[in-house]
Amino acid sequence: MSDHNPASGHTAGQTPGHVSEHISSLGSSVAIWLALLASTSLTVAAAFIDLGPFNTIVALTIATIKATLVVLFFMHVKYTHEKLTGLVVVSAIFWLFVLLALSMADYTTRLWR
Amino acid sequence: MHTSPAAVDEHAHENPALLHHFATEAQQKNAASLGMWVFLAQEVMFFGGMFCAYLVYRYKYFADFGSASQQLDIKLGAINTVVLICSSLTVVLGVRAAQLGKRMALVFWLVATIFLGLVFLGIKADEYAEKFEKHHVPGASFSYHELLPSQEKLPAAERKYANPRHAEMYFSLYFAMTGMHALHMIIGVGLFGFLAYMAWRGKYGPNYYTPIENAGLYWHFVDIVWIYLFPLLYLIDRHR
Repeated sequence: MSDHNPASGHTAGQTPGHVSEHISSLGSSVAIWLALLASTSLTVAAAFIDLGPFNTIVALTIATIKATLVVLFFMHVKYTHEKLTGLVVVSAIFWLFVLLALSMADYTTRLWR
Repeated sequence: MHTSPAAVDEHAHENPALLHHFATEAQQKNAASLGMWVFLAQEVMFFGGMFCAYLVYRYKYFADFGSASQQLDIKLGAINTVVLICSSLTVVLGVRAAQLGKRMALVFWLVATIFLGLVFLGIKADEYAEKFEKHHVPGASFSYHELLPSQEKLPAAERKYANPRHAEMYFSLYFAMTGMHALHMIIGVGLFGFLAYMAWRGKYGPNYYTPIENAGLYWHFVDIVWIYLFPLLYLIDRHR
């Protein structure tokens, strides 16, 4: 973290009640942005190649990589000191998994004898 | 405002944004941030229900969904993905400007985000207009006469067409999911409009930028929803 806050008169970390925990650097933000743009081109290109059932897997894997980049870097989860934030993120993903997995476990097995 | 014992702290008096029921600025900010994350977890479940419905019906009407998905314009979907990714960057730069106390830079990045949000909605409106013209909007005037995927190779007499009722289900889910996403975008644009005005008035700075950060979290979440909608609705059936 190279940016210190000139306006606040003190640097982050010295004051217990200071609000600014992490200021994202210009370079890393632009790098994440470029990575997101590159993976968008990649997923569009991959959609036109016939990979059979793997088209869906490739597309969703790239989407998950993009979502992870956004959550970790743009939403600052990687830099937060608050453990509860991580707990909420993991819980949300877990409940979504339960919703999708248990529903599909029902619908995909209804014709089984 | 700072008369409660909890707020008796020499730094507390420096910041008028600190409410009396919080001990420190950091505690206040953490509480607001946690509340926002819990709200977003709820939003995951809200959109999750629609993603689940899409999954169930795509499994059930696999070929018809392939046919209906191929009616979408991949180019417009890709442009909108790029627009949203750019708007996420402008939000990040806006939060950064607030943290550094650069008032006009903050206003600029918020207005840039609003602009990109409106570009997205404009392109979406154009896509919706095309669906109305083709009668691909579910309802009384819905009409669908398209081939199932990879039928063009067969002789004309053997070609099979998609079941219009099943294609209608695809478009119902398409409009429900992209429509709810667009509604979230409209709310986000309104939110940033308000924040840009307050930022211009000088309300936000290094000691208080929680509204900017939380609106940013919301906007990034809406971006993530689109990151999944784009491949599921536009891309995965293109090769068939």
